[in-house]
Amino acid sequence: MNDELLRLENVFINYRVRGGYLNAVKDVSFSVNRGEIFAVVGESGCGKSTVAHSIMRLLDKNAVVLGNIKYNGKNLMELSNKQITGIRGHDIGMIFQNPLDSLNPVYTTGAQVNEAIRLDGINKLDGWKKVIELYRSVKMPDAEKRVHAYPHEMSGGMRQRVMISMMLSRNPSLLIADEPTTALDVTIEAQILEIISQLKVEFGTAVMLITHNFGLVAEVADRVAIMYAGELVEQGDVFEIFREPKHPYTRLLMKALPRGTKHEGRLQTIDGTVPRLMAIQPSCRFANRCPLAREICHNQDPAVRALSATHTYRCHFAEEEEV
Amino acid sequence: MEKMQPVIQIEHLSKHFSIDNGFFSKGKKTVKAVNDFTLNLEKGKILGLVGESGSGKTTLARVILNLTSATEGMVLVNGIDMSKCSAAQKKELRKNIAVVFQDPLSNLNPRETVMSSIIRPMVLHGMKRSLAREKAYEVLESVKMDTHYLNSYPHQLSGGQLQRIAIARALAMSPEIMILDEPTSALDISVQAQILNLLLDLQEKHQLTYMIITHDLNVIRYISDQVAVMYLGQLVEYGETKMMCSNPSHPYSKALMAASPILDPTMRGREKDIMKGDPGSLINFPSGCSFHPRCRYAEEICMQKKPEMERIDENHWARCHLCAQKTVSTTH
Amino acid sequence: MYESPIKEFFRSSLKNFNFMIGAIMFFSILVLAVFADQIAPYEYDAGNPAAKLMEPCKEHLFGTDEMGRDLFSRIVYGARITLKVALIGGSIQLVLGVVVGLFCGYFGGIVDKAMLFLADLTWCVPGMVMALAVVTVIGTNLTNAIIAIALVNWASMARTVRAKTMSLKNMAFIETGVAFGESDLSLMFRYILPNIVPALIVMVSMALPSTIMSTTTLSFLGVGSQPPSPDWGLMVSDGIQYITKAPWLAIYPGLALVYTVLSFTILGEGLRDLLDPRMKSQG
Repeated sequence: MNDELLRLENVFINYRVRGGYLNAVKDVSFSVNRGEIFAVVGESGCGKSTVAHSIMRLLDKNAVVLGNIKYNGKNLMELSNKQITGIRGHDIGMIFQNPLDSLNPVYTTGAQVNEAIRLDGINKLDGWKKVIELYRSVKMPDAEKRVHAYPHEMSGGMRQRVMISMMLSRNPSLLIADEPTTALDVTIEAQILEIISQLKVEFGTAVMLITHNFGLVAEVADRVAIMYAGELVEQGDVFEIFREPKHPYTRLLMKALPRGTKHEGRLQTIDGTVPRLMAIQPSCRFANRCPLAREICHNQDPAVRALSATHTYRCHFAEEEEV
Repeated sequence: MEKMQPVIQIEHLSKHFSIDNGFFSKGKKTVKAVNDFTLNLEKGKILGLVGESGSGKTTLARVILNLTSATEGMVLVNGIDMSKCSAAQKKELRKNIAVVFQDPLSNLNPRETVMSSIIRPMVLHGMKRSLAREKAYEVLESVKMDTHYLNSYPHQLSGGQLQRIAIARALAMSPEIMILDEPTSALDISVQAQILNLLLDLQEKHQLTYMIITHDLNVIRYISDQVAVMYLGQLVEYGETKMMCSNPSHPYSKALMAASPILDPTMRGREKDIMKGDPGSLINFPSGCSFHPRCRYAEEICMQKKPEMERIDENHWARCHLCAQKTVSTTH
Repeated sequence: MYESPIKEFFRSSLKNFNFMIGAIMFFSILVLAVFADQIAPYEYDAGNPAAKLMEPCKEHLFGTDEMGRDLFSRIVYGARITLKVALIGGSIQLVLGVVVGLFCGYFGGIVDKAMLFLADLTWCVPGMVMALAVVTVIGTNLTNAIIAIALVNWASMARTVRAKTMSLKNMAFIETGVAFGESDLSLMFRYILPNIVPALIVMVSMALPSTIMSTTTLSFLGVGSQPPSPDWGLMVSDGIQYITKAPWLAIYPGLALVYTVLSFTILGEGLRDLLDPRMKSQG
């Protein structure tokens, strides 16, 4: 229990719109432990990015977050603006998909990372030394020179390294990475992924990896949560889930991934489309597309079932039937 | 047995762009997007073209489609060089080769309904409007979309739907060849599966020839018959899919395969050959083999002499001094 | 089930304050112009020496000028002139701007560079000076004044059209069009132009105020409309001589100008609010 860094309990996130509320995240609960890589995976519109932003309280003003988000026991939702600003960067860092959006084009990258370092009271000169150190630890080629480079002079992979080092500069215990490699080439993605998986070894940093790419999850994650239309449908140990996925959505999705050649058969598809943000109703949101769906699926929230201590899912039926 | 003429023949194709250095500086820089590219596309086959950003793959597609002219070399479509044709001939030839680009949001004219976007190519080539409308219904059904979407505007639809419409429009002309540039990169996994299945079904039904450009190796392995790997504007390896994916020869292909995530956590501990550095620049090429700065096997000769495409095996070619040597040594 | 962009536009336009106010104001001027014969109690050039320089009263709402002409009637008929200026001046700028901008943006190369050079020339010389020069050469009347101002102002519209054309040109649906055989003209006018229309509408409505003011200024200076034309600028110019004795002669036409310019400005802003975000959401 001391190992637990972040804990979400029954989190609901609604957006205020004309005429009421729309629900983006429905009853999500999970925890991230110290030094582990926890992946949140799902297709577009599933709410994974919304959850990540809510932890750092970065959502739009019309978002309403219900439930508990606890960091080291402290409820983040109850903190004042000043307190949450203190946590951002210092305890929890965040990197996004497009580093170019996060970097100021008129300052060198080194200066920007130094700015972050100095938030902890380190003086300018010592800060520069630390920047070079950080660049080296994220395997930035020619670290001493790159410190003076401007964002537009760097490639996508390098910029993402800058962001990682900026976030690491204050030694946070948790790094939230929202689609960090989606905009990068495969070979660069592999490099960044290696850096991320080394973070726990070198710095003891836990990583919450938000992605739609199951391949990344298989390569680096320790535990994974699968989301669909705002619901958390399955979570647990990565090896267990890949070996024996239980939720129909997870199973169908895994079969939809191209793994072999076309001669081995067509890919699995899922009928229908993702439902749009909707009002909260007791039901399973996958019901309209699920091959196992029955009456109860449209009327009742499925309970959480445990296949093991490290593998849970929400479904009325999955245990009994083949998908 | 008579060998059929390849549907697309690309011969020593180069495409260079010059970019101005500005009013006050002397000289222009040249972006060599495609360099000495030679490849054939067989009828009824699916060619997967793999390359990262800056590999020149989209430029190659644009030259094949005659959207931009070649600097050197030529492209023959069914034996004809489109760049040497009259405007009328070109228009006629264009019926035969269709394209679907990457971004679903910009593939369709935002000011036109789905119906008018789909019928436009047909009407342009002289089909009667009423017939074209009937065909629009047909093709939309073949991409498994409800025909009421014909009255929608693009901004009302999702990425998957837009991509299916783009494919439907391409099909409406009954082309022989389809070039698809990252057709599923912007799509969710479940939608990608639908599109890939669809592409395979259509290919079987209409005997189509595809060139699919993508950076996703899982998609390439799944759908292609042959794979061509591009690096800095050059073809570095070409062969049958099975061979290329299980046993690539060129160090770059090897690195690509190694970098591609495997959907099995138990394979995590495998030895990974992670390439260092960033993809090179299309302006400042290294000497000799353009891959040598990133290649872990690079030797003296790699820095000095540019390698040619050499045959490694039956229908398997690679552009690498060391791969060629290996073949030589094994045949002796 | 799905609405065309035009229907969606009308629905949201009703909720936009700027647009509604601007539209109402514009509509009022339009009514004055169209129904001038019915609204104006007198002819615009009906002079009555006995009634000269009368203060505003029951028979003459806005008073009379030095020739005894009813000011109110002249202002009503003047609306026609102002709208004529807006319509013709705006159209010339629009056509020139669109055609030049499209061709330059689409083809680039020498044509583009040549046109840009020409456009830059129109920027270098102060607008009014150039307009005065043009009008002096081709003759001083309202139509020529309109043409002169349009020739001075078209360049900025062309620039914007050119910029938008260049950015649209590389979009996938244009390239796809080329790939299935569309001609250049077709691409420019069937594909690119309709996508520029929302921005064009805004551009034109924002350009009209300055067009009106500039052309009116030429009339004020005496090189535009000639007497007895009820051109508001001309009326202000005439009225200034009597500013101490009969201030209404300069003030009312001045107010009419302000009202008109304001209406186009507000309407333009309303249109921009309505059309631009939609453009963004349309991707």
